[in-house]
Amino acid sequence: MSEILEILSENARATPAEIATLLGLSEEDVAREIKDLEDSGVIKKYITLINWEKLEGSYVFAVIELKVSLQRKTGYDSVAERIARFSEVDSVRLISGDHDLQITVRGKSMKDVAFFVAEKIATLDGVQSTCTHFILKSYKEHGVILTDRPKPKRLVVTP
Amino acid sequence: MKQHQKEIHAFNPESYVASTVKAMPPSGIRKFFDLVNEMEGAISLGVGEPDFVTPWHIREACIYSLESGMTSYTSNKGMPELRDRISEQMKREAGLEYDPVEEILITTGVSEAVDLAFRATLNPGDEVIVPEPCYVAYVPDIVLAGGVPVTVTTRLSDLFKVRPEEISRALTRRSKALILSYPNNPTGAIMSREDLEELADVVVENDLMVVSDEVYGKLTYSGRHVSFAQLEGMQDRTIVLNGLSKSHAMTGWRVGFALGNSALVSAMTKIHQYTMLCAPVMAQVAALEALQKGEDGMLAMKHEYDLRRRLFVSGLNRIGLDCFEPQGAFYAFPSVKETGLTSEAFAEQLLKKQKVAVVPGNVFGAGGEGFLRCSYATSREELIEALDRMETFLKGL
Ligand SMILES: Cc1ncc(COP(=O)(O)O)c(C=O)c1O
Repeated sequence: MSEILEILSENARATPAEIATLLGLSEEDVAREIKDLEDSGVIKKYITLINWEKLEGSYVFAVIELKVSLQRKTGYDSVAERIARFSEVDSVRLISGDHDLQITVRGKSMKDVAFFVAEKIATLDGVQSTCTHFILKSYKEHGVILTDRPKPKRLVVTP
Repeated sequence: MKQHQKEIHAFNPESYVASTVKAMPPSGIRKFFDLVNEMEGAISLGVGEPDFVTPWHIREACIYSLESGMTSYTSNKGMPELRDRISEQMKREAGLEYDPVEEILITTGVSEAVDLAFRATLNPGDEVIVPEPCYVAYVPDIVLAGGVPVTVTTRLSDLFKVRPEEISRALTRRSKALILSYPNNPTGAIMSREDLEELADVVVENDLMVVSDEVYGKLTYSGRHVSFAQLEGMQDRTIVLNGLSKSHAMTGWRVGFALGNSALVSAMTKIHQYTMLCAPVMAQVAALEALQKGEDGMLAMKHEYDLRRRLFVSGLNRIGLDCFEPQGAFYAFPSVKETGLTSEAFAEQLLKKQKVAVVPGNVFGAGGEGFLRCSYATSREELIEALDRMETFLKGL
């Protein structure tokens, strides 16, 4: 049931009891549904959206576009899955357009990321070229505006 | 030369205020406004407007129109494209045909439309039946139009729907119109097609006109909103008032519309052209964008209200404030009769002791005594916190 997912996608900490109240369902039904969603792999993980930019000296992120040569039988999958195994890599996506894969990499410094890409990614069999874009500032992540200004005030009591 | 001595009267501004205006009681909401406004850390459930900001695409469309220099008057009745769009939408959603040239007027909010509907139709002494509890503007607007409001009470036992018997009882030779306002502010009640059909008979038998304020129509949580004008033979008798303030979170824009028979809409337009000239052009541009592309955003907000409605109403019942299930708008209307306190006393003490602001039901007419209007157009976190505080307050009584 997608209403439960909608709520969890907004707030991973919503409990079955809370979700049940919001949707007018029983807590047991919601808990069972969530369990099914977890078991079937629709729900992969409950994570926290962190605004790393608020922390001094935290991480550096980069988006890297790759041109990849297609492999017989496995297509892009074998290269993509290889890349995905590196813990430095946050996401790996097959994309349309000029490039084939787009990955995001997290590192301690720009140098870190650049060396990682040069040593581990660019040298992989099948990777023809890489194009690294360092992220300088993030404005919105996962549907949440990070640079939002305070909400304008409403009158406190109105008819 | 002899100076002509003129006696000098001190100007007394008070004595220049018209007696009708002087006689109007101050709004009961004002008092609470002042109390809450001075308070730190108060949670307000007293707000009669969405907590959402108008969706960005609507604001952006308005900004673009300003950049392109759309800053002139529009036609008195409003931008033709906007009237066309409203006409199309009424056809599609309600199966009603309104001629965009003769039968639709764009107003500066439903507020203006309410005023126009009464001023354009009431002769001195004409009576308008006003079911209470209801929105606070109807009675003063009727009085200012020279009419006489005749209030009838809707009851919790009828789920705050208007009963035909009540209307019959209020009828006199001077009865001219009935104002309907569903989904209702402050009760959250709705009236289904069957409920409305029961009224239609009394309306026809007594040749009443109906002013139907349907500004919360889109915020109907069970089934679909039915306009009084959709009932067999009722379209010409009904002035439908609607707008985007509540459904599209556009209260500050000031745009609404009136639909009805051309004789009535022309009469309203006459007053509108001399008092307002036209609704603000920026607001009209934004309204057009909202009606063309705002459906998804509107449904998302409605969905959020619906979640909060369940959260809040079940919470009220859990902490011991009986609340019937509201089916529209964004208000819950719990009863405080069991506490032995009046609405006003309850609301005042709740505010002072626990810093939760609600509006006492009596502000919306005599039928509202014993109830509170709590708006759930506020974040879930605040609603949960407000429920906690209300529970503490109830335990301390
Ligand atoms: C029932 C009802 N009608 C009309 C209005 C005013 O609407 P608008 O903002 O379109 O003037 C309100 C606002 O609170 C309302 O509750």
